[in-house]
Amino acid sequence: MISIQNISKNFGDVSALRDINLEIKDGELFGLIGPDGAGKSTLMRLMTTLYVPNQGQITMNSRHTVKDYKAIRNHVGYMPGKFSLYQDLSVEENLAFYASVFGSTIEDNYDLVKDVYEQIAPFKKRLAGRLSGGMKQKLALSCALIHRPEILILDEPTTGVDAVSRKEFWEMLKKVQKTGITIVVSTPYMDEASLCDRVALMQKGEVLKVDTPEAIMKSFPKKLFAVKSENQYALLNDLKSNEHVYSVFTFGQYMHVTLVDENGNMEDLSASLQENGHEEVEVKQTDAGIEDMFMYLMNLENE
Amino acid sequence: MDTNTIAIKAVDLNKKFGSFSANKDLNFEVFKGEIFGFLGANGAGKTTAIKIICGLSKPTSGDITVAGFDVYAETEKIKKNIGYMSQKFSLYDDLTVWENIRFYAGIYGMSKKEIKEEADKLIDKLGLEHARNKLIGSLPLGWKQKLAFSIAIIHKPAIVFLDEPTGGVDPITRLQFWEMIYAAANDGITVFVTTHYMDEAEYCDRLSIMVAGEIKAIGKPLGLINEYKAKDMDEVFVKLARG
Repeated sequence: MISIQNISKNFGDVSALRDINLEIKDGELFGLIGPDGAGKSTLMRLMTTLYVPNQGQITMNSRHTVKDYKAIRNHVGYMPGKFSLYQDLSVEENLAFYASVFGSTIEDNYDLVKDVYEQIAPFKKRLAGRLSGGMKQKLALSCALIHRPEILILDEPTTGVDAVSRKEFWEMLKKVQKTGITIVVSTPYMDEASLCDRVALMQKGEVLKVDTPEAIMKSFPKKLFAVKSENQYALLNDLKSNEHVYSVFTFGQYMHVTLVDENGNMEDLSASLQENGHEEVEVKQTDAGIEDMFMYLMNLENE
Repeated sequence: MDTNTIAIKAVDLNKKFGSFSANKDLNFEVFKGEIFGFLGANGAGKTTAIKIICGLSKPTSGDITVAGFDVYAETEKIKKNIGYMSQKFSLYDDLTVWENIRFYAGIYGMSKKEIKEEADKLIDKLGLEHARNKLIGSLPLGWKQKLAFSIAIIHKPAIVFLDEPTGGVDPITRLQFWEMIYAAANDGITVFVTTHYMDEAEYCDRLSIMVAGEIKAIGKPLGLINEYKAKDMDEVFVKLARG
């Protein structure tokens, strides 16, 4: 179990994390979800013993990140946000290097990395610096796993990677989870939240909410409508100036709208848009996603 | 969107590097004021095509016009009529807000008087008066991003290219950013977006998906989702890219 208690971290005058409390269970796939500047990387560097907190404490499977930092480093795998491999070593050499740093060999733990590593094995003589983004990511994951850690910490592993590679990466993570390893993964992409068992929504150094993705989506407190018409920009402006509308955000092909009056209905909304001259108006009730809830919570904080 | 006016037209665009075909018979049109998404996996050939459209590289064959100019003979005119913004890098961190505006507007050949006028308008519109003489590096990411977009269109280009414009920002900032893009498109600027992120793609009027140098699909996001019997664009993309 990872236990994070009352953690604060400052850099000079900048307060990067403020009084964070989290518990991450054994074998869980836990997500830290939030934009740049939320404090995700700082929290991960505290967990991996690379930073010392200004306040509070973290234990990783009962080991204290300040007192027991050496032991933790043997039992935690860490994949930092920026590519962490040696560009001028080959695929094979990188993996052997990481294994040897931890007093292990590729053969000892090959069963654990086999699924991931086999996908890049055809390129094992290639320099890491010459791999594509998706392949680098697979190699970095193999290197973070090669010493059979109890806990795996992955800092934005899918940022800047195409949709196919992202999907493959999450499929690999699920397999790693099945071996019993606890995984903490951060991402700025709200749509990846649903792939985690539980998530913490983070913003500006604070945790807004912790729960399963399903529970977070269900906790959205208002009726949500998806609205579209032939002219989305005019629609956005009309909805913004509509006195019955509480909030409106563009969401891809639709606008997500909540009403001031909880008893307000779709027909009234649709009718008023037609009065504004909109054609091909479509209004339907929809389920809130993680992003809707994130924005709702951000607005509450700002009020 | 003005479907009677074509901003970008590519007919049988081919680009070869030796025997390798990076772009194979690309055919597409982008309309004035359209938000067009240009998608593809890593290595699909997007960057090659964009370099050609921006006048930075010549095609091996094909007829391509951008803002009415020919990519073989009129690349300098093309460059003056486009703007570019990337999430990764757009502004100089060690210059102030005002210096960045002056620098980019100057590159695009605007006169001192125009620069002054447009800069005042832009700073006022973004509510950045208090930050006018602050270094870009000290601003929050969301402000930088809005400023970068405003600067990319300060010379009123026919087309603005956005490369993964909203990666990493919070959802509210991101939606405010898309509102700016909608406003620009409404003013007649064609917006050409490249991204890995399918949620960004769903904001586009139309999009194309490249796989291994070819355009495998082109259409409205909802149309493609229906055509490929997918639940979202992500699934469409994966179906196409995985074959």
